[in-house]
Amino acid sequence: MGAFHSRPDENDIRHLAEKTGFSVEQVEILHRRFKQLSRDEDTLQREHLYGIPDLECNPIRTQIVAAFFDKRNFDKDSPQGTVQEIGFEQFLTVMSHFRPLKLRMTEEQREQLRLEKLQFLFNMYDLDNDGKISLEEYRHVVYELLSQNPQIGNESAAIADAAMLEAATICMGQMEPDQVYEGITFQDFLKMWTGIDIETKMHVRFLKMDNTTLCK
Amino acid sequence: MQCNRFKECASLLVVVLLICSSTKAEQSTTNATAGNEHGAPPSGYQIVTFKWHHVMDPYIIALWVLVASIAKMLFHMSSKLTTVIPESALLIFIGLLLGGVVWGADHTASYSMTPRLFFFYLLPLIVLDAGYFMPNRQFFGNFGAILVYAVIATVWNAASVGLSLYGVYLTGVMGELKVDGMLDFLLFGSLLSAVDPVAVIAVFEEVHVDEVLYIIVFGESLLNDGVTVVLYNVFDSFIAIGGVNVTGVDCVKGVVSFFVVALGGTLIGIVFAFLLSYISRFTKRVQIIEPGFVFVISYLSYLTAEMLSLSSILAITFTGVCCQKYVQANLCKESATTVRYMMKMLANGSETIIFMMLGISAVDGGIWVWNTAFILLTLLFIAVYRVVGVVVLTWFLNRYRVVPLGFIDQVVMSYGGLRGAVAYGLVASLDEARVQERKLFFTTTIIVIYFTVVLQGCTTKSLVTWLKVKRSEHREPSISEKLNGRAFDHILSAIEDISGQIGHHYIWDKWESFDRKYLCKLLMRKSALKSSDQILDVFHDLNIKDAITYIAEGERKGSLAFIQTPNTDQLVNVNFHSSKQSEVDASMSVLKEGASAVCLDMQAVELRWKNLRESEDVYTHHLLQQYLYKPKKQLKYKYGRHDITSTEDDAQEKEIFEKTMKRRLASFKSTKYGVSQSKKVAKHFKKDPSQKKRSDEMLSNGGQLVFHDPAFSDPEHPHEYEVISNGGSNFIPNVTRQALADTYNGIDNPAFMLNEEPVARQALPPWATNNDTVVLSQRARVQMPWSPNNVRRLMPLRLSGRSTDSFLLADVPVPEEHPLSFLPERTAL
Repeated sequence: MGAFHSRPDENDIRHLAEKTGFSVEQVEILHRRFKQLSRDEDTLQREHLYGIPDLECNPIRTQIVAAFFDKRNFDKDSPQGTVQEIGFEQFLTVMSHFRPLKLRMTEEQREQLRLEKLQFLFNMYDLDNDGKISLEEYRHVVYELLSQNPQIGNESAAIADAAMLEAATICMGQMEPDQVYEGITFQDFLKMWTGIDIETKMHVRFLKMDNTTLCK
Repeated sequence: MQCNRFKECASLLVVVLLICSSTKAEQSTTNATAGNEHGAPPSGYQIVTFKWHHVMDPYIIALWVLVASIAKMLFHMSSKLTTVIPESALLIFIGLLLGGVVWGADHTASYSMTPRLFFFYLLPLIVLDAGYFMPNRQFFGNFGAILVYAVIATVWNAASVGLSLYGVYLTGVMGELKVDGMLDFLLFGSLLSAVDPVAVIAVFEEVHVDEVLYIIVFGESLLNDGVTVVLYNVFDSFIAIGGVNVTGVDCVKGVVSFFVVALGGTLIGIVFAFLLSYISRFTKRVQIIEPGFVFVISYLSYLTAEMLSLSSILAITFTGVCCQKYVQANLCKESATTVRYMMKMLANGSETIIFMMLGISAVDGGIWVWNTAFILLTLLFIAVYRVVGVVVLTWFLNRYRVVPLGFIDQVVMSYGGLRGAVAYGLVASLDEARVQERKLFFTTTIIVIYFTVVLQGCTTKSLVTWLKVKRSEHREPSISEKLNGRAFDHILSAIEDISGQIGHHYIWDKWESFDRKYLCKLLMRKSALKSSDQILDVFHDLNIKDAITYIAEGERKGSLAFIQTPNTDQLVNVNFHSSKQSEVDASMSVLKEGASAVCLDMQAVELRWKNLRESEDVYTHHLLQQYLYKPKKQLKYKYGRHDITSTEDDAQEKEIFEKTMKRRLASFKSTKYGVSQSKKVAKHFKKDPSQKKRSDEMLSNGGQLVFHDPAFSDPEHPHEYEVISNGGSNFIPNVTRQALADTYNGIDNPAFMLNEEPVARQALPPWATNNDTVVLSQRARVQMPWSPNNVRRLMPLRLSGRSTDSFLLADVPVPEEHPLSFLPERTAL
């Protein structure tokens, strides 16, 4: 495994845990996983993630992998562009978007978490980073999303169109004939998600138990 | 109005009541005369005989059902009543009332719910309904929590209530009871331990609590029935053996049998679900009995489990849960609807009957044995131990749950511990020879049920409002939601993959792919495979909704305008005719002028008029044929027993659906040469000058590429206009504005055209415009003025030019020189 001799020291771990909200054990487990994925390197590359066998049948794996290398998701200072490789801290930051809620949280914290999570999702759709999900971008994702079912592959464009229409009606209400709907902005995206409590849904159970040996 | 109806129904109810009681009274007299009737030889032939006995049982049942239904109808007449008091409580009151009437009539209460009636006919329907409509995703998502509550909480309830009562009994507060010992109390505790699905569903559904809370309480109440029945049977057989003779081995056997019974029932359910799904794959030819399979096979699973003394409730629940996906996909639309309604009707009906029976059977002096201490203590223990159980288990679960259950959830869960029909059914099946205090148990059970259903049921709603429990909202199905949900699943499972965790999403993802690869192929019709996708369903629904609004709006604006609006896909046909029409028109106008001025031959004039009219008739007829659908030929099939659907309707519906689809897409298509295309082209310009030239040529050749941009009329996005004018500044000045308008309006967004020259467009009827413009322009001019608002509203979307659907491909403009050459082609569309 080799996870032990490159173990970050205690202070680093505690620092990371504080920063990302994971527990110390979780950080350690994720670190082991990180090392496993990166074949003991300090940085992780796209190929490493594409190499996960379970990910193979995931229709939108390109988007998901891209999200890990998208600066918007971990770099608060210059949220632009993509990088070729990420370190453990970045990996952890992206992962922390999927952290479950804590039992005791104020409304503001919840709202903040919700915004963060939605922003992550939004970035996944907004491929060219112009702050809008254009129809083409949307179609692209929908096409990949539905590509598993060969029968509806052809209709994915129409479905994407319909979804876009829906977004337009939700966000703009009654549109004037000469009004143009450019694409879904983040504000519209928030509107679309009102009423869906994403903060309770968008989470992964990060175990305190190590089962990395089970996953290849 | 409402008041009148209320009165009418009330009088109806009274009449039925009278019939009931009179038949009851007659019954005793006929009983007396029955011997005479049979004994004495008939004196000659009787034309009409009164054979009450012959029909008595089914007649009474039918009457009860009728009374219950009318009572239910009455409750819903006044909307206030059901919002204050839950229906179940009202039904119990009605039952009490009816029981009182019957009791007053002849002082016996022979109507009581037998355990057989309850367990064989009423309960399966309710449980099947619950299983068949179970939101699977949530159910399995919270399966761990549900299992913990269903198994551990139930055992805890049974043990704690039983042992506490026994402890109090030993102190002597209850006085002398004829009990063997601890086992009787444990038996009593076990039969009261189950939170009842009937009562819980009834209350929670009215309250609309949050999804997670609902599924946990509901799943718990569903599964713990199985647990309760097993516990009950174990203790019952221990009592049969005799308290002293129960050995350790028997206890171990009891525990083992618990697991065998529960898992066995589940397995039976899954096997039958598989069978049902597989059979439903081949029922296409016998559509009329298709819904029957669902009910019969589910019921068989119940009976089979009962036969093998496994948990029949679990069996039928899991039949419903597992088969729903495949069965719903396999059955044709009508059958699926039938199954849905039948299921709801039967479940609702049996629920109604159960609650009424609960009321009725209480009115029987012979069953009441009062023991204040016992009854009050039971009530107290039930409430207290429920709270303790919920709080402890939730604390335990919250350490592992990703979404913890909050304090409010726990309060509602504790308070939602209603006892109901299952307890009643079990206590009714107690054997008096074995359990000597059966009457006391019976009385207490009834009181517990009344207390929980009436009191807690009535107050749950105000509690939920007061605590501000998250309520579930009813949401319109939306495509984005479905899409996002799916994206979510994939993202979460991918994150689990990457982080190396094996969690819910991982398992769910693996299950989904297994299901898609093998199960669906095995269990679904080929045609169903496609439509099984929920996204398509929503898409379909939306399309239909759209079509309906379109038609409704068209109707509001006058049906003729709607009909005359040429459809995008039928456009060429119409155009073809209208061009003919305009020829006739033109010639006629000349003739008319000539006639009025010169020709005095009235016959000739009339003939011409006739001609004109005929051609108009032909035109109208053609239009009508195209746009109006044939009336349904229902009569033809109504009397057939084997089939009620005619295929023609299907074809027609399909066509309507396709048309609306096309229209929907056409509204996109018309904008697709808007910004995104020009954006792209503009990019090309910067990159590649030769490309630019080519497009330039193409544009001047016949307006094939449209550069008219919505930004012309769109003050919001001036920058895009700039991009285009920068990129295309070479050619835009070359082409006059009028030429632009003439050539591209067919493929550009009509909405903008309208805005530019609304008066001119509207003023010209379709056939009065120039014949030699591109045919498509007709649509742009004609359709818009009459098209309904919402379609127009949807129109100004910017869509990319990249699309695979045939409608868009069909819309590639054809060179102007041969406008007629493509007409047949377009017509074939």
